Amino acid sequence: MNVLTDHFADFREGFLNTVELTVLSALLALVLGTLIAAFRVSPVPALRVFGTTWVTLLRNTPLVLLFLAVTLGLPALGLKGWDTFWLAVLALGCYTSAFICEAIRSGINTVPMGQAEAARSIGMTFSQTLGQVVLPQALRTAIPPIGSLMIALAKNTAIASGFNVTELGAVQQQLNADEGYNIYVIFLWIAICYLIITFVISGLFRLLENRMAVAR
Amino acid sequence: MTTNVLFDAPGPKARARNRVYGAVSALAILGLLAFIIHRLDVTGQFQHSLWDTYQYNDTQERILEGLLTTLKTFAFAAAFSLAFGALLATARLSDHRPVRWAATVVVEFFRAMPLLIMIFLLSAAIFTTEPMWALVIGLTLYNGSVQAEIFRSGIKALPKGQSEAAYAIGLRKTQVMTGILVPQAVRSMLPSIISQLVVTLKDTSLGFIILYEELLYVGKGFAQQQPPVGGVYAYIPMMIIFGSIYIVLCLALSGIANWIERRTKRSRKGAPPAPPVAVELGNAAGAGPAA
Repeated sequence: MNVLTDHFADFREGFLNTVELTVLSALLALVLGTLIAAFRVSPVPALRVFGTTWVTLLRNTPLVLLFLAVTLGLPALGLKGWDTFWLAVLALGCYTSAFICEAIRSGINTVPMGQAEAARSIGMTFSQTLGQVVLPQALRTAIPPIGSLMIALAKNTAIASGFNVTELGAVQQQLNADEGYNIYVIFLWIAICYLIITFVISGLFRLLENRMAVAR
Repeated sequence: MTTNVLFDAPGPKARARNRVYGAVSALAILGLLAFIIHRLDVTGQFQHSLWDTYQYNDTQERILEGLLTTLKTFAFAAAFSLAFGALLATARLSDHRPVRWAATVVVEFFRAMPLLIMIFLLSAAIFTTEPMWALVIGLTLYNGSVQAEIFRSGIKALPKGQSEAAYAIGLRKTQVMTGILVPQAVRSMLPSIISQLVVTLKDTSLGFIILYEELLYVGKGFAQQQPPVGGVYAYIPMMIIFGSIYIVLCLALSGIANWIERRTKRSRKGAPPAPPVAVELGNAAGAGPAA
């Protein structure tokens, strides 16, 4: 009678898939975002242009369109045989990377100028200045915005349900279509699953923030 | 900007090296673009018969119809979410504790819920036949909560002296809010409010998933209807065209936000001190570039 106990396997699979999707696309987004942020402050104009274009395009495209582009566009270009799950990771990762890039870049802007100047004056190159002096400090101030971007990412994974990925949103849709269960009760359980995920993320980031806090 | 602090003004050697890096990375990016275009060509995306349909009036009218549907949804969602946000922000700033708590619970709940999950609930439970209202109400609940937080933080960020001075001359709370605090808060928060509206606009495309006939849905319908040419479906042309429409719409909205931000930043500092009269007279003859 109870929808959770009747369909516990579905709920578990959906929950685990949502978590997995969130973690993998978060990793991709962090790596890509940091790289693009480095591009955007680099001395090489071509890379700066590339970074700016990347951010402008991805920030102004709806995520649904991006999902369409990877699920229908990439196969049309000859990239066949990818699992929809990995395509979803690709779409979510690329989309979030643009926002991560902006968060890191504004973090870089808050690092006092003297830091970079001092690094340069002892002869460090651009990549040393950025990698060893500026970026570690920038990441600390960028942690809270990155945390809220991660929560947004966890919520955005629901969109993958429209593209044949079995996660919580898809479970909800499938159970909604099954007759016999109260739709609000299904929503309640799905909502609790998402709340667990977002609370864990915000807790983790609060922990990280306290651990990495630095007196300036 | 820290941008130019991160590296020295390049000397002759570094300039040569940067030129090499620049050339290499430009080549790499161009190579990537060329590869993509090559793939597009090889897989036959540039066959003119795939693009022909976009020249027909009929097609353009359907795109326009989809665009209008999207804009209509956006207009409803934007208006409702601003109203709902204002209501929630008022409740969160209320003097009555239960009202404050209720508003906090509502705001936190809707901000923590994925929008699509809300839309699924609404379209399955209430608006089973009208996907538009499921979308609009979902967008309103989510974006309204976010707007409420923006309004509230705008009001909280004002200097305390503003409300203290207003209370001191005997205004009531409603008067203090509407006459003193809200106008200032809205002005300083306008860029954030508009960027949230950009998010609202982008999120109208979620209607695609609940099969609502907005812009993206129209686009996919096109691509599916068209008979494949040489085994190639018309997905890529559709994405290029519809993607550009979305990007232009969003850029236009964020352009407005940037413009307002620049304007308010300028006026925040106050007018620049009046230059000495003699100089102004001298400038008046010329074009007066310093204005």
